[in-house]
Amino acid sequence: MAKRERQPVTKSSHTNLTLALGVVALALSVAAAVTIGVADLSVTAVMRTVAAHAGLPVRPLPLLQDSIVWDLRLPRVLLAGLVGAGLAVCGAVLQALTRNALADPYLLGISAGASTGAVCVLVLGLGAGAAALSGGALAGSMVAFAVALLLAGRGWTRPARILLAGVATGQLFAALTSLIVVADGSPDSTRSVLFWLLGSLAAASWPAVFLCTAAAAAAVLVCWAAAPALDAFSFGADVAQTLGFAPARVRAVLFTVTALLTAVLVAASGAIGFVGLTVPHAVRRIVGSRHRVLLPACAIAGATLLIWADTAARTVFAPQELPVGVVTALLGVPAFAILLRKKE
Amino acid sequence: MEADNVSRRILRDITFRAPAGAFVGLLGPNGSGKSSLVRVLAGLDRPDGGRVLLDGTDRAALPARQVAQRVAVVGQHTPDDADMSVLDVLLLGRIPHRSLLAPVGAGDEVKASAALVAAGLGGWEQRRWSSLSGGERQRVNIARALVQEPEVLLLDEPTNHLDIRHRFALAHDLARSPVTVVAALHELDLAGQYCDLVVLLDAGRIVAAGTPGEVLTPERIRTVYGVTAEVTALPKGKVRMRLSMSAGIN
Repeated sequence: MAKRERQPVTKSSHTNLTLALGVVALALSVAAAVTIGVADLSVTAVMRTVAAHAGLPVRPLPLLQDSIVWDLRLPRVLLAGLVGAGLAVCGAVLQALTRNALADPYLLGISAGASTGAVCVLVLGLGAGAAALSGGALAGSMVAFAVALLLAGRGWTRPARILLAGVATGQLFAALTSLIVVADGSPDSTRSVLFWLLGSLAAASWPAVFLCTAAAAAAVLVCWAAAPALDAFSFGADVAQTLGFAPARVRAVLFTVTALLTAVLVAASGAIGFVGLTVPHAVRRIVGSRHRVLLPACAIAGATLLIWADTAARTVFAPQELPVGVVTALLGVPAFAILLRKKE
Repeated sequence: MEADNVSRRILRDITFRAPAGAFVGLLGPNGSGKSSLVRVLAGLDRPDGGRVLLDGTDRAALPARQVAQRVAVVGQHTPDDADMSVLDVLLLGRIPHRSLLAPVGAGDEVKASAALVAAGLGGWEQRRWSSLSGGERQRVNIARALVQEPEVLLLDEPTNHLDIRHRFALAHDLARSPVTVVAALHELDLAGQYCDLVVLLDAGRIVAAGTPGEVLTPERIRTVYGVTAEVTALPKGKVRMRLSMSAGIN
């Protein structure tokens, strides 16, 4: 047997340092992204706005600039961060749970359900504005999750069953969406479908930020607490069971929690692709596969990535905006190719 | 650990006892129910009838985590694509022993490294699981089970993928270990030399159970396996044997 090179043992202090650097990079990304855009704003201007809204005794900016920072850019950047973090964590959890490298947060047809719900609201005239659309999308993704569970039937927590049921559900709701759009025939609904299919953070608002913060915090905490179970599942459900976990129960809880979080995120931003698929694979290369570290690292990396992807989406062809899903796909596919190469 | 009248699918009325510290071999031809029995003993499958006892208590009545602190299992199949380091795999064995919110402690890593040294794989902590050969994986997986510090170790064909030297080394270690070992085994000669007790299965039933000398008689081996055996008695009820093809078998 050829003697292979012995690598140094990674110390936990290394991973802590990596996480700390990640947090710093994320904070800097938020600060920088808010200053970037058609209207040129300085970091001091942004800080003054934030301080003024926090009730600190500083002289506020002129109303227009204040509104750009406080009503447009800050919620948008924060929402990008939350969506990116949530999708990446959901992807990491589902990849471990299903032992499938291709698992991503849209596994259960949730994003397809969201488009159907949003289009229904639009076509049936159930309401107007971003809030109504988001509400419809949330309802649609819940219905899709329920349909996936029904299709999977008893023993739905087994990966093979839930994966197949999810694919079928996704197809069903994609077909329903097309049916409604074609039947309606208005350019409005077509545009709205594109929004949900490709994803966009243009509709960001403070209520959406608060809702996503609450959902992401709760879901990520549950997943983080389940980190040892996820470690065990990565090595097979039988091993997880002999280590004292109940596979069906763990899967039921985590499938549901990630589905609910994905539904909330998709309702706020549409189905942004590749973040939930690629980020966990890339982050695993850097911090390893222990979920206690992997999950927070995915959250940081997903947030940072989506903040910059969205910044690019709204500035590169300004004033024309790219759907952010186009940017994440353009970044995600080459990244995926590199990861695949390295794996071999 | 005891099986008390266990039945499941092909398994019928399996009753035997593995005394503390013994190395018990479950023997039998393909499809005789060895693996099914290990799965039932491991709690991976529920028996249709009968009970599996751990120190006299039905293991089904004990909390899963408590059982995991006492019983470790190495199945026949391991994932070949798990994206984990060898250390990560070994540390799985410490999960039942620490609170679920507690981080991996330095003590856990020390135990993992010691198990690697004992398996003859010292310093392999950062190797990728997916880069290991079948035999290396088997050795790491058994080390993972020992990191669990069990009272009872259940193994399903642990010598799979191992070369002849490591087969002997493993059998030798299992025989000397203070842990109670119940292992489904293919190699009659290995079982004869190293097991304290063997349970011979055929078509889901126990044909014979006892010391290798009592169970592994040439007549029984011919009936159950259809091969010819020359058996030499060794001390403590153990046997050495030479196996050859019986006449009439192609």
